[in-house]
Amino acid sequence: MANADNTHDNSNTVKFARMVVNNKWTVLFLSLLLSFLATFGASLLEIKTDYRVFFSKDNPQMLAFEDIQDTYDKADNVMFVLTPKDGNVFSKQTLKTIQWATEEGWKTPYVTRVDSITNYQHTWVSPDDEDYMLVGALLCIPNKTADMDSECEHDGVTEEMIDGLNDQQIKDLSEILLNEPQILNRMINPDKTVTAINVTVQPPGDPDIEGLEGEAKAEMQTKVMTAVPEITAFARDLKQRIMDRDPNIEVRMTGVIMMNNAFAETGMNDMLTLTPLMLFIVIPLALFLMLRSIPGTISSVFVIILSITAAMGGAGWLGIFLTGPIFSVPTIVATMAVADSVHLLVTFLQNKRRGMAKDEAMVEAIRINMMPIFLTSVTTIIGFLTMNFSEVPPLRDMGNTVAVGVAWAFFLSVTFLPALMMILPVKSKAREQGESKAMDKLADFVITKRKILLPAMAALSIAIIAFLPKNDLNDEFVKYFDETIDFRVDSDYTADNLTGLYVMLYSIQTGKQDGIHESEFLDTIESFSSFAAQQPEVLHVQSYGDVMKRLNKSMNGDKQDCYNLPKQSLDVGCNAVLNEPDEEGVELDTRIRELTAQYTLMYETSLPRGMDLNNQLNGDKSSTRMQLSLKNISSIEVIALEEKFAQWFKDNASTLEISASSPAIMFSHVGQRNIYSMIQGTAIALVLISFILGIALRSWRLGLLSLIPNIIPMAVAFGIWGMFKGQVGMGLSVVMGMTLGIVVDDTVHFLSKYLRARREKGMDQEEAVRYAFHTVGMALTVTTIVLVLGFLVLGMSHYVMNAEMGIMTAITLAAALIIDFLLLPPLLMLFKKSKKTKPVESVGEKA
Amino acid sequence: MKPATLKTAAALLTLAALLPFSVDAETPEEKGLAIAKEAKARNVGWGDSEASMTMTLRNKAGRETIRKVRSKSLEVQDDGDKGLSIFDEPRDVKGTAFLSFTHIKGNDDQWLYLPALKRVKRISSSNKSGPWMGSEFANEDLTSFEIEKYSYKFLREDEIDGDKVFVSELYPEYKNSGYSKSVSWIDQDHYRVRKIEYFDKQGRLLKVMNFSDFKQYLDKYWRAHKQVMTNEQTGKVTTIDWGEYKFNVGLTDKDFNKSSLKRAK
Repeated sequence: MANADNTHDNSNTVKFARMVVNNKWTVLFLSLLLSFLATFGASLLEIKTDYRVFFSKDNPQMLAFEDIQDTYDKADNVMFVLTPKDGNVFSKQTLKTIQWATEEGWKTPYVTRVDSITNYQHTWVSPDDEDYMLVGALLCIPNKTADMDSECEHDGVTEEMIDGLNDQQIKDLSEILLNEPQILNRMINPDKTVTAINVTVQPPGDPDIEGLEGEAKAEMQTKVMTAVPEITAFARDLKQRIMDRDPNIEVRMTGVIMMNNAFAETGMNDMLTLTPLMLFIVIPLALFLMLRSIPGTISSVFVIILSITAAMGGAGWLGIFLTGPIFSVPTIVATMAVADSVHLLVTFLQNKRRGMAKDEAMVEAIRINMMPIFLTSVTTIIGFLTMNFSEVPPLRDMGNTVAVGVAWAFFLSVTFLPALMMILPVKSKAREQGESKAMDKLADFVITKRKILLPAMAALSIAIIAFLPKNDLNDEFVKYFDETIDFRVDSDYTADNLTGLYVMLYSIQTGKQDGIHESEFLDTIESFSSFAAQQPEVLHVQSYGDVMKRLNKSMNGDKQDCYNLPKQSLDVGCNAVLNEPDEEGVELDTRIRELTAQYTLMYETSLPRGMDLNNQLNGDKSSTRMQLSLKNISSIEVIALEEKFAQWFKDNASTLEISASSPAIMFSHVGQRNIYSMIQGTAIALVLISFILGIALRSWRLGLLSLIPNIIPMAVAFGIWGMFKGQVGMGLSVVMGMTLGIVVDDTVHFLSKYLRARREKGMDQEEAVRYAFHTVGMALTVTTIVLVLGFLVLGMSHYVMNAEMGIMTAITLAAALIIDFLLLPPLLMLFKKSKKTKPVESVGEKA
Repeated sequence: MKPATLKTAAALLTLAALLPFSVDAETPEEKGLAIAKEAKARNVGWGDSEASMTMTLRNKAGRETIRKVRSKSLEVQDDGDKGLSIFDEPRDVKGTAFLSFTHIKGNDDQWLYLPALKRVKRISSSNKSGPWMGSEFANEDLTSFEIEKYSYKFLREDEIDGDKVFVSELYPEYKNSGYSKSVSWIDQDHYRVRKIEYFDKQGRLLKVMNFSDFKQYLDKYWRAHKQVMTNEQTGKVTTIDWGEYKFNVGLTDKDFNKSSLKRAK
């Protein structure tokens, strides 16, 4: 029965093969045409320079973040970190440069705010009139103190004014900054050696496109796409101009915009450097070594290139955006497509070398390989489709795009490839069968030592897998880039020397208008601020409480004792009028709240454009935003810290509504959720693939058994990772699903040959194992080498997410081959021991 | 009312200069200035006025905040006007009063009375670009219009809601403006400002203000009862709805000094 099925299948395959061989030109033309049609979709591809693409639209942290962004000013920024080589921020020359660069920062596209030490808006009172409150940029302070009618504003500071400062004045200015909690450890370090200019921008985003039609929509889409590169180009130019102007200054750049740009640029560079390396060196070389045929190599390279372009085109048709992970698709598809071509061509060339006519050799090659290639393509596609379980849209996109490429590689391998091979001249020469001898030796070794191999391999696997728990989940977005990327280096420098790029934004909501002016509320944020500042991970806390303390001092004639919240300062005689009873009998708390509100109003009225309070207070003053800058800590630590703070608010301020988010928080959570959803997806794929194998091999038992060589390599690979690296991020979470589809291929090839030997040739287990090694051992070894090499090329990416994915996949595939050779055969021989006496197996009947 | 009559006569002369056949003789700068002068001329002589306004601030998320303010104004010849704003809402700043003397040249004088502190504080006013009470209106958008504050360039004629308008560019001549220029639409029938576009220092469109619901007072002075300011860069919108204006309510300089601030409630 099994045989009848086989011949039936084969007869259809043979018909198809003959059709291809006989109509080679038509097949060639049609397959090319279809490929070009698919490729045309690539013209629809758009590059996405927004880290928010890593989050699905309903991601809770993202929604919270968007809400915070919409309530206060957006926190997207470019931070210039300036380090004077002479180690002194407060030299006149450096101050001039900072002042100049600050004003130049205002020319950044989409700028809404520029903060630096020179335009920091200080409040103080006139020495002549304590009821005259002055608000002004740092460098205007000496000017305004001397001249009450000074028109000095940050943009009006001249070089002459800076030259005119005496040493005492400069010292005073530096004292002001170092005593200002809003500035210290955020805009300047305590040693006064590193300072920052922070440019806040509001580039248009996807929400701005909503509701637009036609031309306006197209225009906005272009703006959205070009905004980040435009800002980056400006920022890089400004950096260069700062250094040209003042060679004493080192300039580094970090911030959300630079991160966005790094995502796009690093991925793009990968595609531009790694893909050619793959296509023109690694793959042709590997192909030639395997095939020893130039036409075969050329045809395969064409198959690979067309599969890649069709995959990218397919991505375009599917409306997928170009993001970091997508740039790894060419390398992955190239690697996957090699196997299909190789299996077909090896058989074809072997047939020809054995003296078969060219046509017959090809028909036979298609007949033998159609089913295995189809099956392995299907399992591979299922593996990549598991990425749809991911929480991270670009990873889903990558899985789907590779799936298209793998499907296309299968399609071309059975149409375009044979057709082209029929057209190209193929020489054939006799070749020695040296490889199989090596495989026979390996087979002998495995069979004789199986009693040792089985426990030894099992023990080794378990020993390695024992390291699996050493892996920690971690998604630190700075570490998505390796140390050759400026963004990474500059961000690390900033974290070490000034302040952290990882922030936590807390929107603390009272739910009632002017609620932030309640003294109870101010007490709460004040104690939260000091609690947060005590955490070793926290570098800086921006709190409105600090603004209010400074205001309170200025409103009380700049008396240092009054540097406190309005209520607390009553004890030392500040805001003295409140100590007198109110004639209308208004309660003290109400009077303090009103006073605080009026201070805010007064301060607000005095701030220039771009220096306002909108980044800390919402419109009706019912909520405030606190910004915590963190050291570069792992995502587990971020989540732990977030939970610690949540608990604090629960214990100390249960009536307030707290919403916390930030890119760091978003990446930390999505990494966690992603790994669980990927494990789930992989489990489903495993069941599905085992089921397919069961059907294909017509043996449920083997379908089940195949789970072992399919799962162990993943576990071993993660064990090895745990030994050496121990950090698992987004990129690695998809490795399981992705490798599963490939690992299964080896198992399928080995098991199907083993079964063929048992069923068709009536061999016993040992002979069948030997037969399997002899027939597919070399092919599996060679394809695994190609795959490992291909993924190692991906491992060279500067985009760590892709690089780790590549390296991990390479490890998994290598482990899979070793397990298929050294653990699977002893297992096969073990399970059938009881039936060893029976020459003919009953597996076939079970199907 | 005598100076006003004179000015009207002058305005008529200016208007004559604007008639189509003479347009070619003028440079765009001259024409822009002439339009500004005529607009100012038509708004001279109103003396003093009182009105209340409701300011609605809407952020990008669509949440709204309301402020209520009563405002008193006193016309000052040959200098900027005097203004007094008394806050009614939000409740915590109720009674806070803001006094300003705007000047054609140099800083304005500004004082704020804080009822909780029972004190008048003078505030530094070199800052003109800052937001007024957290709204999308900058301080400089709300001060009185004086010809000398800008230089002008006439761009073109256009239409708004079927009314013919002059479109001119205005370049701030005072220090510390937040704008590189603004473009104003002034209707040809009544010389009312209908729309202003504000451009930031980089020359990018920053905000757009639309005026509507015009009413004429004293048979002469037009006042818009709705001003909508849209920030094109942040998506935030501030709307001012003006109540009925009262003219000639008998306000004098005495109502616009530091001690009057404390009395204002």
